[in-house]
Amino acid sequence: MSELEQLRQEAEQLRNQIRDARKACNDSSLSQITAGLDSVGRIQMRTRRTLRGHLAKIYAMQWATDSRLLVSASQDGKLIIWDSYSTNKIHAIPLRSSWVMTCAYAPSGSYAACGGLDNICSIYSLKTREGNVRVTRELSGHTGYLSCCRFLDDSQIVTSSGDTTCALWDIETGQQTTTFTGHTGDVMSLSLSPDSRTFVSGACDASSKLWDIRDGMCRQSFTGHVSDINAVIFFPNGNAFTTGSDDATCRLFDLRADQELMMYSHDNINCGITSVAFSKSGRLLLAGYDDFNCNVWDTLKGERAGVLAGHDNRVSCLGISSDGMALATGSWDSFLRIWN
Amino acid sequence: MAQASQDQGAVGIADPDEDSPNMIAYRKIEDIITRLQDETEGVPVRTVKSFLSKIPSVVTGSDIVQWMMKNLNIDDPAEAIHIGSLIAAQGYIFPISDHVLTLKDDGTLYRFQAPYFWPSNCWEPENTDYAIYLCKRTMQNKTRLELADYEAENLARLQRAFARKWEFIFMQAEAQVKIDRKKDKTERKILDSQERAFWDVHRPVPGCVNTTEMDIRKCRRLKNPQRVKKSVYGVVDDTHTQSPVHTPSQQSSKDTREDVEKEILFLNTQLDRHCMKMSKVAETLMIYTEQYLDYDPFVTVPDPANPWISDDVTFWELEASKDPSQPRVKKWGFSLDEALKDPVGREQFLKFLESEFSSENLLFWLAVQDLKCRPLQEVAARAQEIWQEFLAEGAPSAINLDSHSYERTSQNLKDPGRYSFEDAQDHIYKLMKSDSYPRYLRSNAYQDLLLARKKPEAEQGRRTSLEKFTRSVGKSLTSKRLTGLMQSS
Repeated sequence: MSELEQLRQEAEQLRNQIRDARKACNDSSLSQITAGLDSVGRIQMRTRRTLRGHLAKIYAMQWATDSRLLVSASQDGKLIIWDSYSTNKIHAIPLRSSWVMTCAYAPSGSYAACGGLDNICSIYSLKTREGNVRVTRELSGHTGYLSCCRFLDDSQIVTSSGDTTCALWDIETGQQTTTFTGHTGDVMSLSLSPDSRTFVSGACDASSKLWDIRDGMCRQSFTGHVSDINAVIFFPNGNAFTTGSDDATCRLFDLRADQELMMYSHDNINCGITSVAFSKSGRLLLAGYDDFNCNVWDTLKGERAGVLAGHDNRVSCLGISSDGMALATGSWDSFLRIWN
Repeated sequence: MAQASQDQGAVGIADPDEDSPNMIAYRKIEDIITRLQDETEGVPVRTVKSFLSKIPSVVTGSDIVQWMMKNLNIDDPAEAIHIGSLIAAQGYIFPISDHVLTLKDDGTLYRFQAPYFWPSNCWEPENTDYAIYLCKRTMQNKTRLELADYEAENLARLQRAFARKWEFIFMQAEAQVKIDRKKDKTERKILDSQERAFWDVHRPVPGCVNTTEMDIRKCRRLKNPQRVKKSVYGVVDDTHTQSPVHTPSQQSSKDTREDVEKEILFLNTQLDRHCMKMSKVAETLMIYTEQYLDYDPFVTVPDPANPWISDDVTFWELEASKDPSQPRVKKWGFSLDEALKDPVGREQFLKFLESEFSSENLLFWLAVQDLKCRPLQEVAARAQEIWQEFLAEGAPSAINLDSHSYERTSQNLKDPGRYSFEDAQDHIYKLMKSDSYPRYLRSNAYQDLLLARKKPEAEQGRRTSLEKFTRSVGKSLTSKRLTGLMQSS
């Protein structure tokens, strides 16, 4: 037997041991344990605002930390900063490349970022002395499209790319401080942990990985999905996260149990999930689907608690404001809706 | 049409592209379609008499809706319409007299699409094909085949675009008409409608959603360009044999020895990890959500009301004010994290620590948090400042570190970075969590806020002069520090 064969066997043995260790922890399942829990009842949300202004598919959005402003990116080549409460556009930023796939709002509110097929993460300063918005940095280095970006703070941003890597950048110098390699497929999405020490990524290799921001190591890897993972989001306490995939399911993974806790699916749901978010307590999981709807799931019991219908094309992105008051959805129908 | 329709199409099961993004959705829909068409358990497919002719092989919209409600466990007809419309939009069923592909819960007649035309066959028909189709439609003298306005416009556009090869297209269209004429009349009716439905999917009516649009992130990953079907009529457009959008996916190279060794290293660390039991994990999740349920506006009606619903911004105004609400104060008691996350909570905690002369711990913790957010160029200098302030010999705000952390930190400072103080910060955090934080929660300052006890003006004067003295001393010590934390009183 060749050396490579021997190594492969060793890896396989280790994988089996890990699988057994995980099984040993399965003294029950989340749905069994929560069987007696009170159901959340039927969740019905209505559209409270419709944000009109984009002229083409919306691909991404993120709330600002003040729970009123939000940024959205569309293939019409614009980044728009909205005051979602009044529906006024604060800024309409023309982009150099119209093939934008992601956008982000810095926690301080001073910067926005976006990127896409240009492989570059562009940082925009929203609070310049002159009062206009301009590009302050173009972070280049990825060799594939930019699928997601999230600000750690005004100095650092984490990005994920179609080149199968993620990166941490120092915005001031424009350098990649750390590269996170390990995925074998396009990385589609990332989510920062509440304590900003780690982040989780989801990729087209059907796996999600937990990364240590400080040393660039992959701490844990999770499998279970059978197709591309399009979206990933941390549970509010930072000990679990949920993924949404083209296999028409969302799954909840726990970091300490090191495995999948729950799957959110239904026989009548036949299309992929594009985006996921948790309500403030984590009790509700909201997911955007290719069939133009959003579904509301009871995170603990795994049951569907509601449906939000209203968009005329697929829901491509969604997010919940930090005060938990509102859900924003963005769609290929070029509109954003605010629900609660 | 170039191909017979009914037996083509059912793609083999052992297919490496089965797990490609859309395939999973298609297979699920095809399951439903197969059941719908089942001889005994499906919807009744009939021939309907109309005027002087017969309409073969149709079902009504309401039949489909009824079937779905019964067989797919659906209570709400709206949900059945939603799923049915999705199936129609993808082209699996279609109304025989409408280009718009939705499902209606009434007597509208629908037909099933031929498996040959199913989306799962990776159709990407080219414009030459579409041109042939529209052209052949104009050659047939039947009202039911007349072009709709948008189709006429499309044809005109294509004629301009393909001006130089129009003769070729015209000939192909003629050939197709000849083939079609040879078919049985009833069969032709069915095939014509299926062909039209195919084009309704790939060249939809303006205003309708084009379900063939793909997320551009996924476009280039189509695994097998050979599988992509580009022509209904067997016409290969030789001007671009290589699709500009599709690149054959990199054959996953066999793992190198280095890859496997890396993986083994990783797996070994995973094996050492301590896995928590499911029951314990579930319990912590339940406890967390239970605790925060009152703070979740989607589950518990907020007070004051949700500004989005009530059009009243009182809630936000209160949050922004320096006067914290009782529920907000209660949240600070959930964990040290919560107290530190909230700027007002931080401020109150700091005030308390000052009164105890132990504020340097929190100030150190905050300084290190701030360090981690600084641009790289400022990090080294700031790290030195923090060392001088809190850890150096004779530091003005000396913190108490165990010798081990002290040594480590001192070493780190030789090459200062964002994370030079991680050990120290963790240690101090644990100290605060186990010592000063619980004391803070028990303190009068916190309890007063929690129980919303307002000290009447008169009582203020009764504070001892010692208290006043200690407060002012505390203030001067920290006045140099991070601004914005202190409320000037």
